[in-house]
Amino acid sequence: MKATNRTVDGVEIIALQGKITIGSGDTQLREVIAEAVNTGKTNILLDLSGVTTIDSSGIGELVGSYTTVTNRGGKLKLLHLPAKLNELLHVTQLITVFEVYESEADAIASLKPTA
Amino acid sequence: MERGDSERIEITVSSRFENIELVQVIAEHLCENAGVDEDGSHWIGMAVREAVANAIKHGNKLDVRKKVHATFELQDLDLEITVSDEGEGFDPEKVSDPLNPQNLMKTSGRGIFYMKTFMDEVHYSFRTGGGTSLVMTKNLSKGSGIASTKA
Repeated sequence: MKATNRTVDGVEIIALQGKITIGSGDTQLREVIAEAVNTGKTNILLDLSGVTTIDSSGIGELVGSYTTVTNRGGKLKLLHLPAKLNELLHVTQLITVFEVYESEADAIASLKPTA
Repeated sequence: MERGDSERIEITVSSRFENIELVQVIAEHLCENAGVDEDGSHWIGMAVREAVANAIKHGNKLDVRKKVHATFELQDLDLEITVSDEGEGFDPEKVSDPLNPQNLMKTSGRGIFYMKTFMDEVHYSFRTGGGTSLVMTKNLSKGSGIASTKA
């Protein structure tokens, strides 16, 4: 898995590419999120459009990431869910946990820190 | 695949996560060759991925000396997949329901749920002296296997 970070209006946008599966991308995702929150970036938008494969471990890490960020007073939202990932979140009812956006601008507006 | 056709494939791998995809790909190709669409093959492949991952992690506890054995048997459009490990087994009754609100935010415990979602039936058996076998069946003439589209 590859992660690319950029900051827009105080929102950390992390684009994930590749696999988030057991033994590879799952631990990487945990590290990427930990690094972001440890450097004070707690408004996070995960762009998942480049995710090619995810399994139950990857789904678990998404849940763990959400908990890590919210426990630090931040917010984690999802952008551009691939269809199969969307299905996996639906059948486990996790879609009720995550806020999902199709528009980056709308997602940033919802996460942007208020003055 | 025509009526009366059958196919049997066996593979044994050591307990390394990088071997999961190898077994998954066999499942997907077998399904595609039987005429299952890309989505349906993907979901069956994912059920296999979860089964092999559990066998490696929870069954064989990442001991590379221990093997995971997978068998794919296709008779007409009835697919039976068996994934066996050399571990100590577990109590399926103690596996928590990931849809229970108390478990919703847990970071693990969804693998078996996904298998049951994508396949028609999932059963476990435990051998005396160690080893768990997971048997999953799927009639390939049915839908893609995702719960929301199941009849």
